[in-house]
Amino acid sequence: MAYLDVRDLRRSYVTPRGTAHVLGGVNLALDEGEFVAIVGYSGSGKTTLVSLLGGLIQPDHGEIVLDGAPVTGPGPERGIVFQQYSLLPWMTVHENVALAVDAVNPGRPAAERRRITDEFVALVGLTPAAWKRPSQLSGGMRQRVAVARGLAMRPKLLLLDEPFSALDALTRATLQDELLSIWGAHRSTVVLITNDVDEAILLADRIYPMTPGPGAVLGPAIEVGLPRPRARRHLSLEPAYQKARQAIVDFLRACRRPAA
Amino acid sequence: MAQSTVRALVLPLLGLAAVLLAWTALSQTVAPDLPSPLRTWQESRRYVLEPFFKDGEMNQGILRLAFYSLVRVAKGYLLALLLGTPLGFLLGLSRTFHQSFDPIVQFLRPISPLAWLPLGLVIFQKSEPAAVFTIALCAMWPTVINTAVGVRSISQDYLNVGRVLRLSRAKMLSKIIVPASLPYVFTGYRLSLGLAWLVIVAAEMLTGTPGVGGFLWQEYNSLVYSHIILSVVTIGAVGLALDRLMGLVEARIRAS
Ligand SMILES: Nc1ncnc2c1ncn2[C@@H]1O[C@H](COP(=O)(O)OP(=O)(O)OP(=O)(O)O)[C@@H](O)[C@H]1O
Ligand SMILES: [Mg+2]
Repeated sequence: MAYLDVRDLRRSYVTPRGTAHVLGGVNLALDEGEFVAIVGYSGSGKTTLVSLLGGLIQPDHGEIVLDGAPVTGPGPERGIVFQQYSLLPWMTVHENVALAVDAVNPGRPAAERRRITDEFVALVGLTPAAWKRPSQLSGGMRQRVAVARGLAMRPKLLLLDEPFSALDALTRATLQDELLSIWGAHRSTVVLITNDVDEAILLADRIYPMTPGPGAVLGPAIEVGLPRPRARRHLSLEPAYQKARQAIVDFLRACRRPAA
Repeated sequence: MAQSTVRALVLPLLGLAAVLLAWTALSQTVAPDLPSPLRTWQESRRYVLEPFFKDGEMNQGILRLAFYSLVRVAKGYLLALLLGTPLGFLLGLSRTFHQSFDPIVQFLRPISPLAWLPLGLVIFQKSEPAAVFTIALCAMWPTVINTAVGVRSISQDYLNVGRVLRLSRAKMLSKIIVPASLPYVFTGYRLSLGLAWLVIVAAEMLTGTPGVGGFLWQEYNSLVYSHIILSVVTIGAVGLALDRLMGLVEARIRAS
């Protein structure tokens, strides 16, 4: 059995205007230390999938097994970097990260937890802004805090829900590079949700395109045959890059409904 | 810019002058018992110019009387916050609690201080605790309701952060629920203070305790009508000052 095993996951939302079938049988398997990206149109059900993997909502059908244990509810071993950051505005950068550090290291002395927090704040380059509130930060800095908080949970599985989609292109590129080097050093198991094909190819080992809903499923996996460590420069000229990009775009185009 | 500053200073004065004029006209024509502004001032000047004198239980400078009332309001208000805040959090947090007690809260909320006071006298047998009880019971509802609404409108995003970290109930409360609802809670506190001050007059009138409201009622019975007006103006001024003060506190809370 794979490290993360997702089988036939289905989920719908019951609304006053009827039942919306969002996910129609998602299958996914990851080995430990793999970086996988899921690419799909807006509204196809990507956040729904993240919420299911995170245990924040329950599936109608199917199961999720992580490291041999079935997922039944939320927990820090599945860290989430939320699409809308979800930083706590009444806490400083340091306090936001400390909340996660304290939650997953209850046994350690306060001084050590503080040191760990400092480390994660430094990892995303926010030491100079550690005592600022989220409202005093730029969008890119807020996203860094969210990433630091996610990493600070030391999760078995890190879920990144469109982490950079709200940022301008230049900041996005910088943060992608940073994520690439952090991941290179830590090698955690990551599921990245994105609507940016190039971002997926730059970062992931394997990419699953997601069909648009209702009843979204994941298409066949596309292996990114690019060696690591990767650098952004010249990457797009590699034949492997072109091949992966073409495969994803072709799949997404083919399954797009004519109305969209 | 300069012109608008002049307007901001002059127009309120014109408004005041118009009110004084109407008051004078009223006292000269249809309401001969109503003292004119001039007579009110002449009969009240000692109370204003020596605001802390004390000749007897009910014959005291206006600020001394206001101070008695403020102390009484402070007691009732504190009691209101002490009861209202936890009640509001419970209503906001627990479905069961909400379903059990929300109907009672909605039922008790519109009851006037005039109705509570005699009950307070029956329960406590003394006027002072009865007055404090009445103030607390009337003033706590905005705190209860705003706190409950504040808790229930906490963004699911913040709660999800706590759920992912599997925070304990105590941590969830202290790190997420309380700070997230604080702006609502403070709006409730401000409205409660306004109500507490509103109730003081009724409470003092009915119990005859010394304070602005008690003074007002006594002077009405002694036919010194100018002192009624003095009391009314004092009540308005103190109420305004309290509201502004709470506004400042609230702004600080929101800014932090
Ligand atoms: N709580 C909910 N109740 C009802 N419908 C919902 C709920 N959450 C999501 N949906 C619906 O489910 C569908 C998928 O939503 P989801 O947020 O998972 O999409 P997404 O792929 O993350 O989109 P985006 O790229 O814009 O973030 C949408 O049509 C949305 O309207
Ligand atoms: Mg989404």
